[in-house]
Amino acid sequence: MARHEIKSPIPGTYYRKPAPEEPPFVDIGDAVAEGDVVALVEVMKSFHPIKADAEGIISGFPLEDGEPVAAGMTIVELD
Amino acid sequence: MEQGLSIRKLLIANRGEIACRVIRAAKELGLETVQVVSEADTDSLAARMADHVKVIGPPHPAKSYLNADAILSAARECGADAIHPGYGFLSENAGFADAVESAGLTFIGPLADTIRLMGDKAAARAQARDAGVPTVPGSDGVINDVDEALTLAEAIGFPVMIKASAGGGGRGIRVAEDSDDVRRLAPQASSEAEAAFGDGGIYVEKLIEKARHVEVQVLGDGLDVVHFFDRECSLQRRRQKVWEEAPSAAVGNAARARLCASAVDLAKSVDYRGAGTVEYLYDEATGEFYFIEMNTRIQVEHPVTEMICGTDLVIGMIRVCAGQKLALTQDEIARTGHAIEVRLNAEDPVNNFMPFPGIVTGLRVPEGDGIRFDHMLYDGYEVPPFYDSLLGKLIVWAPDRAQAITRLASALGRLDIDGLPTTAPLHSALAGNAEVQANAVHTDWMETWLERNTDKLAKQEEAAA
Repeated sequence: MARHEIKSPIPGTYYRKPAPEEPPFVDIGDAVAEGDVVALVEVMKSFHPIKADAEGIISGFPLEDGEPVAAGMTIVELD
Repeated sequence: MEQGLSIRKLLIANRGEIACRVIRAAKELGLETVQVVSEADTDSLAARMADHVKVIGPPHPAKSYLNADAILSAARECGADAIHPGYGFLSENAGFADAVESAGLTFIGPLADTIRLMGDKAAARAQARDAGVPTVPGSDGVINDVDEALTLAEAIGFPVMIKASAGGGGRGIRVAEDSDDVRRLAPQASSEAEAAFGDGGIYVEKLIEKARHVEVQVLGDGLDVVHFFDRECSLQRRRQKVWEEAPSAAVGNAARARLCASAVDLAKSVDYRGAGTVEYLYDEATGEFYFIEMNTRIQVEHPVTEMICGTDLVIGMIRVCAGQKLALTQDEIARTGHAIEVRLNAEDPVNNFMPFPGIVTGLRVPEGDGIRFDHMLYDGYEVPPFYDSLLGKLIVWAPDRAQAITRLASALGRLDIDGLPTTAPLHSALAGNAEVQANAVHTDWMETWLERNTDKLAKQEEAAA
């Protein structure tokens, strides 16, 4: 059980990377601070950065890059 | 089925309001319809309207509505003999048009070569010039050094725009007021384009100040071409049209005749087949117009033309692409009155137009003379987040522009889309605006107005709620 879950406030398509050819924003084992961008969600052709709302060490990504995400779904797990 | 059509089963390779619009036209022609849908659209209004529904892939457009192979397989499996691409997605993809025709199906649009030509900015401009259509004075191709930019800018006259050739959507455009600006901005534009697109080529073009966006609707059968007069779409945000009218109230009849004739000349020069739009910038101060581009598809704002000309353009384009000759000569096409269309997007106008998908919890549509609502909604519909935010279009017609604006304001007051914010309050504010009413607008007017009036808009919305 993760200590904290970062959820997407909006529905859309979930992306782990700023652009297809670039590395992911964050990876498992990375330390994140509150306010760090951890993902993008594309909603109706516009891209919205998702920021960490707590600090911690990343322990999991429940979704694959490019998968649909519903509002309120967990996108990053922190320990 | 209508006599003389070479097709009987039409596949709609699109979604949303335009898919519904095409299905309506197909049914009037007695055609069977196949709606292809992504997994996110199985419950869409278009899916409910069509005779057959075929799922072609996951929600993301690249895996469904842009997946030419999946669409062609669906057409084969369903026995469709024609494909209507709508607008956006694959509608202006020459490779797709080629693939459709190679598969022995009819593409409801121009020949692939026409799409290819008009999709190439430099080639389209050259074609326009050869057909005698005025183009914006500027460099005919990519220029690579500052001296060349400077010589050209001085020949054209200031102000000029410096644009990245690989850019698009207004990115990387700079305005130079004099030679010093060119010396400073041309290298900036070039290096920014190099960094962003890996191509440092730039264009220099005359800046038409306070330009209006006007366009001419054409329809061709591959031999002959007719026009259905002009539209004006100067109210734009981020280069997206927001409010469209027919005809343009800024263009006088003498200029209109030249404008429409030039669009027909260009379309005839490429033996145009199908519905198309020739877009221009119009300089109200001088009465001059300049070709921007030709869109080789049906456009979002086609209903305003249908309202003033009493014609069905989608039926028209299907007929000519299915082997019929144009049903009307130019002399038989007349216009009357004034029409306005506003785009209802699932966006919150007071929150920086944040897209807002959600569930439609209530829908009340205005009815009456001169009112039309083209849309994709029903009570309980869940708007998916994967596609653009256009929900529908409210279109009104009246004998003149002032009455059309009054009718629009009244119809907006009777339109309720509950459950999600839409751009309806923006349109109500625009309809009540003195400058809009006086038609004192241009393509940059709305962004400037929004900067000053977003707070007021928010208060109005609060009061309304």
